Amino acid sequence: MILFGKYMSILFKAQMQYRTSFFLLSLGQFFVPFSVFAGLYFLFARFGQVEGWSFYEVGLCFAVIHMAFAISECLARGFDSFSSLVASGEFDRLLVRPRNTILQVLGSKFEFTRIGRLAQSVAVMIWVLIHLPIEWDAIKVVTLILMVISGVFIFTGIFMLAATLCFWTIQAIEVANIFTDGGREMAQYPLSIYKKWVTRFFTFVIPFGCTNYLPLLFLLGKTTGPDFIYMLIPLVGVFFILPCLLIWQFGVKHYRSTGS
Amino acid sequence: MKPYFSVIKLRLLYGLQYRGAAFAGVATQFFWGFMYIMIFEAFYSHTHTEPPMTLNELVAYVWLQQAFLTLMALWFSDNEIFDLITKGNIAYELCRPCELYGLWYAKLLAQRLAAALLRSFPILIIAFLLPQPYRMMLPPSLTTFLFFLIALVLGLLILVSISMFIYISVFITMSPTGSLLMLGVVGEFFAGLILPIPLMPSWMQVLASCLPFRWTMDFPFRVYSGQIPEDQAWIGLVVQLVWLVVLVILGRFCLRKALGKVVVQGG
Amino acid sequence: MISVQGLNKSFKVARRSSGLRQATKALFHRDYQTVHALSDISFSIQPGEIVGYIGPNGAGKSTTIKVMSGILVPDSGSCEIMGYTPWKDRARYVKNIGVVFGQRSQLWWDVPVIDSFELLRDIYKVSPSEYKANLSLLVETLQLSDLLHTPVRQLSLGQRMRCEIAASLLHSPTLLFLDEPTIGLDAVSKLAVRQFIKTYNNERNLTVILTTHDMNDIEALAERLILIGKGHILFDGRLKALREKFGAHKTLTIDYKESASNIDIIGTTILSQTGQRAVLGVDTKQINVSEVIGKLSEQLELSDVSVEAQPIEELIVQLYQEYEL
Repeated sequence: MILFGKYMSILFKAQMQYRTSFFLLSLGQFFVPFSVFAGLYFLFARFGQVEGWSFYEVGLCFAVIHMAFAISECLARGFDSFSSLVASGEFDRLLVRPRNTILQVLGSKFEFTRIGRLAQSVAVMIWVLIHLPIEWDAIKVVTLILMVISGVFIFTGIFMLAATLCFWTIQAIEVANIFTDGGREMAQYPLSIYKKWVTRFFTFVIPFGCTNYLPLLFLLGKTTGPDFIYMLIPLVGVFFILPCLLIWQFGVKHYRSTGS
Repeated sequence: MKPYFSVIKLRLLYGLQYRGAAFAGVATQFFWGFMYIMIFEAFYSHTHTEPPMTLNELVAYVWLQQAFLTLMALWFSDNEIFDLITKGNIAYELCRPCELYGLWYAKLLAQRLAAALLRSFPILIIAFLLPQPYRMMLPPSLTTFLFFLIALVLGLLILVSISMFIYISVFITMSPTGSLLMLGVVGEFFAGLILPIPLMPSWMQVLASCLPFRWTMDFPFRVYSGQIPEDQAWIGLVVQLVWLVVLVILGRFCLRKALGKVVVQGG
Repeated sequence: MISVQGLNKSFKVARRSSGLRQATKALFHRDYQTVHALSDISFSIQPGEIVGYIGPNGAGKSTTIKVMSGILVPDSGSCEIMGYTPWKDRARYVKNIGVVFGQRSQLWWDVPVIDSFELLRDIYKVSPSEYKANLSLLVETLQLSDLLHTPVRQLSLGQRMRCEIAASLLHSPTLLFLDEPTIGLDAVSKLAVRQFIKTYNNERNLTVILTTHDMNDIEALAERLILIGKGHILFDGRLKALREKFGAHKTLTIDYKESASNIDIIGTTILSQTGQRAVLGVDTKQINVSEVIGKLSEQLELSDVSVEAQPIEELIVQLYQEYEL
């Protein structure tokens, strides 16, 4: 953990060497999801609601997912851009160091400009929370925080899976976009608006449903049943990282036997 | 013309070598298509007012977007040209016996065509075979289809002339990131990639019609489904032509200015 | 210290063919080819040795280094280094080695060198006292004191290489892999790097395995040479032995007064000839150099004669040709 912080500080120092470009890119990152949000807004302006969800309810879903995505893109960028690490042979360097590979790959890159994206989702969240009649209590606050954390773990897990794929081929890497960018776009709406098979896939295989749908129902008071169960549901999303870690280890093993 | 065919052939060969990439690309595009259609379907299912575009027309719109994304996406760019400008090797390019604007234009066009050839057809063929409501409709008549083809070609030409400005801007900024990001976000939005233009509020539709981006994708795709009837499509084609001429003349002018600056700097 | 026994490693490579039709075919079906990168590689290295590991591109050099540094797992064979099998206890083993890849940097590009050093200290868990001692020694011997607070991107290649080498020695490894450490360096930097390796090897009894294409590196540093080609070890021994075995050629340069007569002596080849100067290659297996000079002085009026052993560079080229590499 300490080493992770050290990696972060050295890369932040490096980033600060290019201050202007950092601020401009952060600003750009603020506006990229802005157009997506505008699209969402205009759709609701025309149709009013979707499957019983109001604009502000979907807005909360949007904010949580984009926040999680921004954080994981910042922290787990090393996995997200792993193909270049393999292609340049830099991964060999990580293997001749006496630390575990996951920590080193995480530490190889941070994308601090995602602060812009994060700022945008925070702004959206504040805006929708003002308009949503939620009666806040401790459990709900914890749930909201856990939702974001769980999202971070899921996205990081997907980045890791995509990175593992690089050990076999870096051509098909575009397919990973389905689950990162695609997952993000998909999960910015409550999953119930999709077809059953999609909802099931994104609940039981990639547990976005545990991040945004089920706890969202609870926050909006659309559920019955004990509160703390809903509070803990996001934690299920966190466990998604475990199989990803195993698959990563398997990938590293494969790499070390083929060297490709 | 011959060099440009070689570029296309080379790109095709290159693309074929990377079969994994091609399959992955098609799969990705399909996922996005399905997702958008499902979202729109959900919005359409409980609406009380009549939307300006039927779901069928919208489905065709989405599939055409996905199929022609590599043809029409502004962020799809050529790093060689960027490097040429930023690393100062532009001098070599100026020694060639071709006019730079035409040369780059042809190169960019060829790249987009080659990339799209590998992706468009598989996506379109599968989209025609899907079950309802995802199936792509046929155009209502042959003349509509012809209109669509002309509009598509003009749209592509407009798009390449817009993308030329990104390369020209690099002469001034020395980094493509900014202009790619700005033009990418604005262009994508006003080309209807995020929200189809007919679903926008009317004031925004007016704004979109005043910008060139709409004429690259939105217009041809609506002509295809007949959402823009033939008698109006005529006018659209004329508008497209005007935009194309204006953009190319402006682009040439800007490029000449930018090159002049390079020569003065002794770069 | 190092004992390598019967290492084998092969890779499967997809065959690529040209032509549009072939490429389309390859879309659905692909041929694979097995390449034997290493076949039955065995050697052992004593502590404190500097070993030059050479061979043409694609001979299996870097595969061997990768196996020995724990990156790659071989198909078969054994390798024991300091009591470890590199690919088995990777994390514990690599604490004892340092690796310099000449073409890649292990320093963080945009920050001062000292920051990279400190991060490496934390990665290798070097104790503060050890770090301090190592750093001051390295800074002194490699003359880094002016460079430590400069961002890496502002260093020249030679300066950077000195920092790279320091970076890989901070955790006091007992074995150092140098993969083309002098590539792209100017003459002064090359000498500095060689000088340092030599001294450090003497003082710390550091074992060094060096791959390079620059035979001067080998001549300056390595007592022992391992030559690999097509995955096989072709030669393992002292540089002198290599010369005795293969270096039967000497180069003879003569200056003489203008003369019309032709030089034609069995066992020699004319490498170049102008009006008053000729360069001859002499195959000492066929004829002695002194005999050649004797015969020449009979034909020509010699004004100057110089004899050189065949440069090692040429010797290696000759070897590559002999083994058809």
